[in-house]
Amino acid sequence: MTVPVSYYVILSAIVFLTGVVGVLIRRNIIAILLSVELMLNATNINFVAFSDHLQDLSGQVFVFFALTVAAAEVAVGLAIIIALHRSKSTINVEEFNLLKW
Amino acid sequence: MAHLFFGYFAGMIAITSVLVVALRNPVYSALSLLVMFFHVAGLYVTLHAEFLAAVQVIVYAGAILVLYLFVVMLLNVKRDDRYHSQWRIAAFICIPLSIEFLVLLSGDFGAAHREPASLPVEPLASDNTLAIGQTLFSTYLFPFEVASLILLVAMVGAIVLAKRDISENEAKNMNRVSGAQ
Repeated sequence: MTVPVSYYVILSAIVFLTGVVGVLIRRNIIAILLSVELMLNATNINFVAFSDHLQDLSGQVFVFFALTVAAAEVAVGLAIIIALHRSKSTINVEEFNLLKW
Repeated sequence: MAHLFFGYFAGMIAITSVLVVALRNPVYSALSLLVMFFHVAGLYVTLHAEFLAAVQVIVYAGAILVLYLFVVMLLNVKRDDRYHSQWRIAAFICIPLSIEFLVLLSGDFGAAHREPASLPVEPLASDNTLAIGQTLFSTYLFPFEVASLILLVAMVGAIVLAKRDISENEAKNMNRVSGAQ
C-alpha cells in the first residue's frame, strides 16, 4: 500500500507556490532567501518521490547537487546581505534601488 | 500506515512552509523552516532515501539554517512591515500560476497520473548509501567535481564580499600616503 506519486507532486507544488509567493510579497530580504530555500526543497521532494517511483537512483544524486548549489547560494547571498546592510544599514528590498533606472 | 505517515509529514510541511512566509519576525520564519526541514527528512525516510534524510538534517538544518540565524542575529533587524508595495503585481503573477497548477493536477492529462515509462525496473539496493556512492563516483563523477568547484568559488566569493578590511585597508593606506605628502 504505497502512496501514489501524484500526492507528492501536489505537496511539492504547494510548497513551491508558497515559496514563489514569499519571494514576491515579502520585503525583508532574509525572508526572501528563506522562500528560495522553500522552492529548492519542493524540487527536492519531487526528485526523491520520482526516484522511488521509478526505482532509479539518479533522482537522489540530483538532490545531492541541488543541495550543493543551495549551500553555495546561501553563502554568497548572505555575504551580499551583509555587504548591503553595511552600506545602507537596512535589509528592506525597497531601499535597494541602485540599479533601477 | 504509509498514508498515515505521508499525511502527517505533508501536513506539517505545508503548514510550516506557509508559516515561513507569513510570520513577521525572521527568527520565527527561520525556526519554522527548521521544523520543515526535519519533516522533509522524515518524508525522505519513508521514500527509502535514508542517506539523503541524514544529509538533509546535517546540511540544511545543521549548516544552512545556522548560517541564516547567525546573520539574523548579526544584523539585529527590527520588525518592519511585512509586505512591500508591489503586492498587486505579485498577485497578478501568482494567480495564473495557481490556476495552471490546478489545471495540471486535476485533469487526466496531468503528469501525475501518467504511468511510468517502460524502463527496465530493477529494485533498488537495500544499502542506500552504498548505491548512491557507487552512482555518484561512477556515472556522475564529473558533475561531482564541478560541484566541488562551485563550493570553492562560493567560499572565496563569500569571503571577498563580506570581508570589510580589504577595501578599508586600501583606503587607509591611501590616506596615510596622502597625509605624508
